[in-house]
Amino acid sequence: MPGRKKELNFEEAMNRLKEISEQMENNDIGLEESMQLFKEGMELSKYCNQKLDEAERKINVLTKGADDKVKEEKFIPEEE
Amino acid sequence: MMYDKPITVSQLNAYIKNLFLCDDLLQNVMVRGEVSNFIHHSSGHMYFTLKDKDSKIRCVMFRSNNRYLKFNIENGMNVIISGNVSSYERDGQYQLYCNSIEPDGVGSLYLKFEQLKEKLSAQGYFDKEHKKKLPLLPKRIGVVTSPTGAVIRDIINVSTRRFYNINIILYPSKVQGEDAAKSIAEGINYFNNADLGVDVIIVGRGGGSIEELWPFNEEIVADAVYESKIPIVSAVGHETDFTICDFTADVRASTPSQAAEIVVPVYEDLKEKIYDYKISIINNLQNNIDNIKKLLMHLEKTIELLSPQNKIREYIQYIDNIDNKIIYLNKNKIKSYRNELMNYINKIDNANPAKILSRGYSAVYKDEDIIHSIHDLSKNDKVNVLLKDGSFNCLILDVMEGRVCQEEKRN
Repeated sequence: MPGRKKELNFEEAMNRLKEISEQMENNDIGLEESMQLFKEGMELSKYCNQKLDEAERKINVLTKGADDKVKEEKFIPEEE
Repeated sequence: MMYDKPITVSQLNAYIKNLFLCDDLLQNVMVRGEVSNFIHHSSGHMYFTLKDKDSKIRCVMFRSNNRYLKFNIENGMNVIISGNVSSYERDGQYQLYCNSIEPDGVGSLYLKFEQLKEKLSAQGYFDKEHKKKLPLLPKRIGVVTSPTGAVIRDIINVSTRRFYNINIILYPSKVQGEDAAKSIAEGINYFNNADLGVDVIIVGRGGGSIEELWPFNEEIVADAVYESKIPIVSAVGHETDFTICDFTADVRASTPSQAAEIVVPVYEDLKEKIYDYKISIINNLQNNIDNIKKLLMHLEKTIELLSPQNKIREYIQYIDNIDNKIIYLNKNKIKSYRNELMNYINKIDNANPAKILSRGYSAVYKDEDIIHSIHDLSKNDKVNVLLKDGSFNCLILDVMEGRVCQEEKRN
């Protein structure tokens, strides 16, 4: 994947994906452009899927230790 | 009291003050009136006049009391004051010493709410232009609320249901009571300043009375929300509760659960969306290729139509057409000639004497000449009569004039 896309966040990638699918609906674009957009679109959809699946479940709470330093701990909500 | 000896002003005023202090009724009064000439002195004490349409009284509220006021005193405001009446010895003036002031008519908290709302609104705290957009897929959700109770549980449950691999960091804050507002503001500021990767904040608490929800109506919270660089969803109380925090936040959720719904996208929805875009792109590419193919075919046809080969073919066809026409016309001509010929043949054939004889007619010859009329005949002439199958000689016995064979003549 070209470096440019690595910088896109999920939302930007989704927006670009949408843009590409709309651009390609235009019948006037040439074959070469169409192929280029297609390639970019496929890369973006793969990238977005990756972004969705790379998230890791984490539910933490900030606590103050004895030294007054704030740290993160796993948070388990109390039962009702 | 010494009646016959002059006393000092101070002594008199002290005496008078004592009179006030001895009066139980004046030690605990509630007075209704309108505020005027209000001054909040730099010392922190408040000075104003309370009046009705016929009368007025000087009032003072010391800092130690007025810091508990839940709203701002303004001129023209109708209030009910609890306090005591006494005199100020130095000026020899009696005045109402206020312990507490309540707005007359509406609740003080309500008034305070309205006042702050108006103030912040004028400062642009609620402006649409200031509202930040929430991220489509939050990397990390900062939650400022109580670590106990249903709110954080609801947020975690709803978030997890929508997107299992969710990342939540809780800033445990007080949500009611005296330090709550400060605690909430600190939480918001903490997420903004600490590098925790939080890209959206939910701040909220469950339902409660107006007093319990009050921290979310404090200016310090509104400031923190307004100044936050991270977008904030406010979810305070129930659907019908509106707080200053709600108005200032980028998005207001009616409940903490709804806040989670607003912030967290549904995993499957996003997957589906990506898939739809992908399919659309694939289909569009196919369409584009098909269209280009069609165009190519069309161009090929056009070129072929214009090619010399095709021109030659066209000429050949043209010639063939002419050829066919000539052949056709010739055929007709021949046919018509043939018909004409047949006609003549028939006519000739019909005129064949043998044919006439075969129908039963006979021909009369005299000296090799055919006889056409009786005038060519005389009595005793010898004639030869010809029939279809032979001839015989006759002797004319008599010649009679007259038309005898009309029917035969018609032929």
